[in-house]
Amino acid sequence: MSKSNPNAPKRLALISSKGTLDWAYPPFILGSAAGAMGWEVGIFFTFYGLTLLKPELTASVSPLGNPAMPMKMPFGPEGFQNINWAMPNLLMANVPGFESLATTLMKQTFHNKGVATIEELREASIDLGVRLIGCQMTMDVFGFKKEDFIPQAEIGGAATFLEYAADADVQLFI
Amino acid sequence: MNTIEVIKEDQVLDCTGLLCPMPIVKTTKAIKELQSGQILKMIATDAGSPPDIEAWSRQTGNELLRSTTEDGKFVFFLKKG
Repeated sequence: MSKSNPNAPKRLALISSKGTLDWAYPPFILGSAAGAMGWEVGIFFTFYGLTLLKPELTASVSPLGNPAMPMKMPFGPEGFQNINWAMPNLLMANVPGFESLATTLMKQTFHNKGVATIEELREASIDLGVRLIGCQMTMDVFGFKKEDFIPQAEIGGAATFLEYAADADVQLFI
Repeated sequence: MNTIEVIKEDQVLDCTGLLCPMPIVKTTKAIKELQSGQILKMIATDAGSPPDIEAWSRQTGNELLRSTTEDGKFVFFLKKG
């Protein structure tokens, strides 16, 4: 099915469903990159992705669901930094403070490598005209109000996304 | 002997040390400040930037005049479309 307006710019429709630090990156990286290429972009935030619309971002790394997640140390000689430390799930799930340690290590490693923060990428996305749309149904389920989100956030539902995605050139569920 | 035509840039953007997608995000912002036909020189160290700048150029219609490597850095000359 062709686009309803053949002269419209290319369009990217994303669903962001996960709120951990590692999964917060892909929607904002792809969104800002597509915005930079002159595409229309809409990111629909649903379920745990909704937290990425809050003014203060608190995304952290969850070791659960990331079996054998390798970790890198952001300090020491280069050879040491390049080691992938495989973290057994038993350790990750049971040691108190492991999640904040893993989050700190990932943020520091990203910073050292020159990766922008989620805050910077979200800001860049907004500057480039990316639409950020919260899913009303999951907002109700998790107890979010529109006022809990950044002022640029819009609200929509499944039909809003589907209509937008039907005219999109690329659609991804993240 | 081959001579390489000198390209005179109107603006320089240094994206050294930045990783994807910041080089193209900053390039987009910088090119918006230019007039059609003006040239932006962009310098990056991200190894993904040569293919990314080529894709960005095709998608935005801003012409990539030259893509070179100098002292381990990637240097791009982009003409605003």
